[in-house]
Amino acid sequence: MCLAIPGQIVEITPGDEHCAIVDIVGVRRRVNIRLVEDEFTAPGDWVLIHVGFAMSKISEEHAVDQMRMLNILGENEAAMEEVRGYGLEDADRGP
Amino acid sequence: MKFVDEYREPELISQTAAEIRRLADPHRHYRFMEVCGGHTHAIYRFGLKDLLPDNIDLVHGPGCPVCVLPMGRIDDGLSIASQPDVIFTAFGDMMRVPGTHGNPLEYKARGLDVRIIYSPVDALKLAKANPDKHVMFFAIGFETTAPSTALTVMRAKAEGIRNFSVFCNHVTIIPAIRAILDSPGMRIDAFIGPGHVSTVIGCRPYEWIAKNEGKPIVVSGFEPLDILQSVVMLLRQLREDHAIVENQYRRVVPWEGNRAALKAMAEVFALRSYFEWRGMGFISQSALRIRESYSEFDAEQRFDVPGVRVTDPKAAQCGEVLKGVLKPAQCKLFGKECTPERPVGALMVSSEGACAAYHNYEHRKSLVATPV
Repeated sequence: MCLAIPGQIVEITPGDEHCAIVDIVGVRRRVNIRLVEDEFTAPGDWVLIHVGFAMSKISEEHAVDQMRMLNILGENEAAMEEVRGYGLEDADRGP
Repeated sequence: MKFVDEYREPELISQTAAEIRRLADPHRHYRFMEVCGGHTHAIYRFGLKDLLPDNIDLVHGPGCPVCVLPMGRIDDGLSIASQPDVIFTAFGDMMRVPGTHGNPLEYKARGLDVRIIYSPVDALKLAKANPDKHVMFFAIGFETTAPSTALTVMRAKAEGIRNFSVFCNHVTIIPAIRAILDSPGMRIDAFIGPGHVSTVIGCRPYEWIAKNEGKPIVVSGFEPLDILQSVVMLLRQLREDHAIVENQYRRVVPWEGNRAALKAMAEVFALRSYFEWRGMGFISQSALRIRESYSEFDAEQRFDVPGVRVTDPKAAQCGEVLKGVLKPAQCKLFGKECTPERPVGALMVSSEGACAAYHNYEHRKSLVATPV
């Protein structure tokens, strides 16, 4: 639970309270960005995601390192399962 | 793939390991506790112990949310699941944690509506899609996860949703560290501070550990180099005989934490006067409950929860392992009755649990040449 998943903000969805579409290794999901809004989050920014919420803004370099770490720790499948699970079965479509 | 390739900067790793050897006083024995289960997992996975001199012990801390949850709370949560028209939701980590009469997945097999979710907002979504059912979210986690639960409860209230509640098991890290420092016979020289919990709470809440207890603490990232650098920082402090809070994970952790997250937690949660931790007993002000202003979303208010207390199986020594008194393999059940496939204790369930991490990686040895 401690290892967060990196993703890149694609679009901040207007009208949808505190939500953004985030690309996580090619899978697009709706993620809550309330906790990073104070940092003036914009499309193109990288964030660390934890249980469907962006927890902190990070650099692209750190995002790459983090994904590599998840791979090495054998958590990448669990991470992608988590990401695919966001939004239940009627979740946003992938790309 | 050779293990050595997995290190991002093998030369830097070797240099840092050499620096650790240089700084460590050969006449002294060091015990450093890594508080967070994510660090425990990384330490075993990367074989970091093999890069440390013999007189530095890494002691595994209590920072694995499913591991510290006493069995009675699992039984309580499952008792709610057993009531009519209830959908029990929890993160995947919870599903194989044993209760007295089975784990949540086994309850599902017996016909109860038990579902894995990956975000608390999805429990809320499920409630909206099933207006004739009650959706209960079994919330666990430290300060990393608590803000997400808080924001979900706030949203439920704003949207006027009536068939959703949270069985709140969120715990806080600081009282657990205090309990460890207060336990008799427990000698920890310094702490490797949790990474992602600190993105929320920041570094300030650790200051008493340095100021009042005289123990250095370094908030650390999860890469092998991060953890080794944190060990260097701790050794430097001990060598200079001073104790402060340092932030090695500055690329993610702001000193002041995440204000929005702290605000959401303060809005929805209040401190419980005490909470039971597996193996550590009752710790005062160590967990969160839902505030009165949100009581309609508090599963403990909406349902009759038996409040059971269950002692762990006698032979299992989860408590001693959690406190760092015993190493996982020293437990009588380790690798025999208790394995990741059939866990007796929660430490064998989660990949962040010391026993599962030790079991999965014990035979892996770091192939990085031992630096001289």
